[in-house]
Amino acid sequence: MTHIKLFERTGSFAENKDLARDIRLNEIIPALEKGEKIVLDFKNIEGATQSFVHALISDLIRKHGHEVLDKISFKSCNETVQKIIMIVTDYMQESD
Amino acid sequence: MKVYLPNSAFIGNIDPFLKGIDFSNPEKLEITANESWISVHPVVLSIVAALGLLVESKNITCNTITAKSAHYLERMGLFKFLGVASGKNITEHEAAGRFIPLTQIKTSGELSHFITDMIPLLHLQPTQVEPIRYVISELVRNVIEHASSKTGAIVSAQYWKKSNRIGIGIIDNGVGIKKTINQSHLAETHLKAIQLALTPGITGTTKREGGTEFNAGAGLFFIKAIAKVNRDFFMIYSGNALYKLLKSNPNKLFADPFKDKHSSADDLPHWGGTVVGVDISLNETKEFSELLDLIRNIYSKTVKERKKARYKKPNFI
Repeated sequence: MTHIKLFERTGSFAENKDLARDIRLNEIIPALEKGEKIVLDFKNIEGATQSFVHALISDLIRKHGHEVLDKISFKSCNETVQKIIMIVTDYMQESD
Repeated sequence: MKVYLPNSAFIGNIDPFLKGIDFSNPEKLEITANESWISVHPVVLSIVAALGLLVESKNITCNTITAKSAHYLERMGLFKFLGVASGKNITEHEAAGRFIPLTQIKTSGELSHFITDMIPLLHLQPTQVEPIRYVISELVRNVIEHASSKTGAIVSAQYWKKSNRIGIGIIDNGVGIKKTINQSHLAETHLKAIQLALTPGITGTTKREGGTEFNAGAGLFFIKAIAKVNRDFFMIYSGNALYKLLKSNPNKLFADPFKDKHSSADDLPHWGGTVVGVDISLNETKEFSELLDLIRNIYSKTVKERKKARYKKPNFI
């Protein structure tokens, strides 16, 4: 299992899309390719933008299908962050 | 170019100010102002600063500003930004945490630092901070990613104690919304381009539903939704077009910005980039998580409807 602690990279407000893309490309995708499960740990993150979450996970859903969500767990998300993640996972599954 | 700082220009009454901007003679900038009083939204100051960045400082003239409220312009850093002398000696300062002076942001890293640094300046409660940093982050990232603005984004904000709200202005001298949207969609007018840009799921980077791996086409819709739900003003001006969200029923979000109570114009002087102004009331700020529920519902519904509209229909013969 790969455990990715986001707060150490993003600080309390996760908004840097470049960082999100780097984490996806360099950590999430390699872990998925090894067949590992992933924990995205949002502990201490107070807020996140839709853009950040989109850059972090949308391409995973597009390329691997919604089943990829069975392999990713979102840990310690506050209510706001949970809702942002749900918006992104909803519209990605409803898209082409 | 000529710009006149009027007695009053806030989002609700900004149209005459915008109509009065003279873009002729782009090598020079002449700034004049109301002699008695100047009370303007940060978006106005950001516009003047953005114009100033297009001109060498030696070609900027600023008539001596006699208005008693001119110290506001000084505090917001306008003269420093333009590289011109104000002739004002500022001795009186408002309490800390009441404004964010004009700031130029060109890179993603600068934005991240700015977001971190500005929050303590505003001295707000955590629940009040959420929509403000969200709005600034998404709008400035839009500029950095899509505007091709050599001068980056020019940002300023002001807190008004009397009305307990924050005004934010974010401006760029980039290519404008029409050019960006037309990379993937058809917008014949600047107003149509603004309409598309405010519609959830529409991005200039792709025609594909859901966007690209990096852009969803949701940013401006979120900002408009934050303003709508909190009964705040929101404006976007690009090319010759202005869209202005007016205060209305906060519990009804629309995917199409033209279904919201609004005003619009398409006969304004041509602004090459994009101007965004937003007010955020701290009295009426709806819980951010409630707002996200509303956004989730309308966003999903819109994507489904758009997808369904593209379904192939069977040929019955």
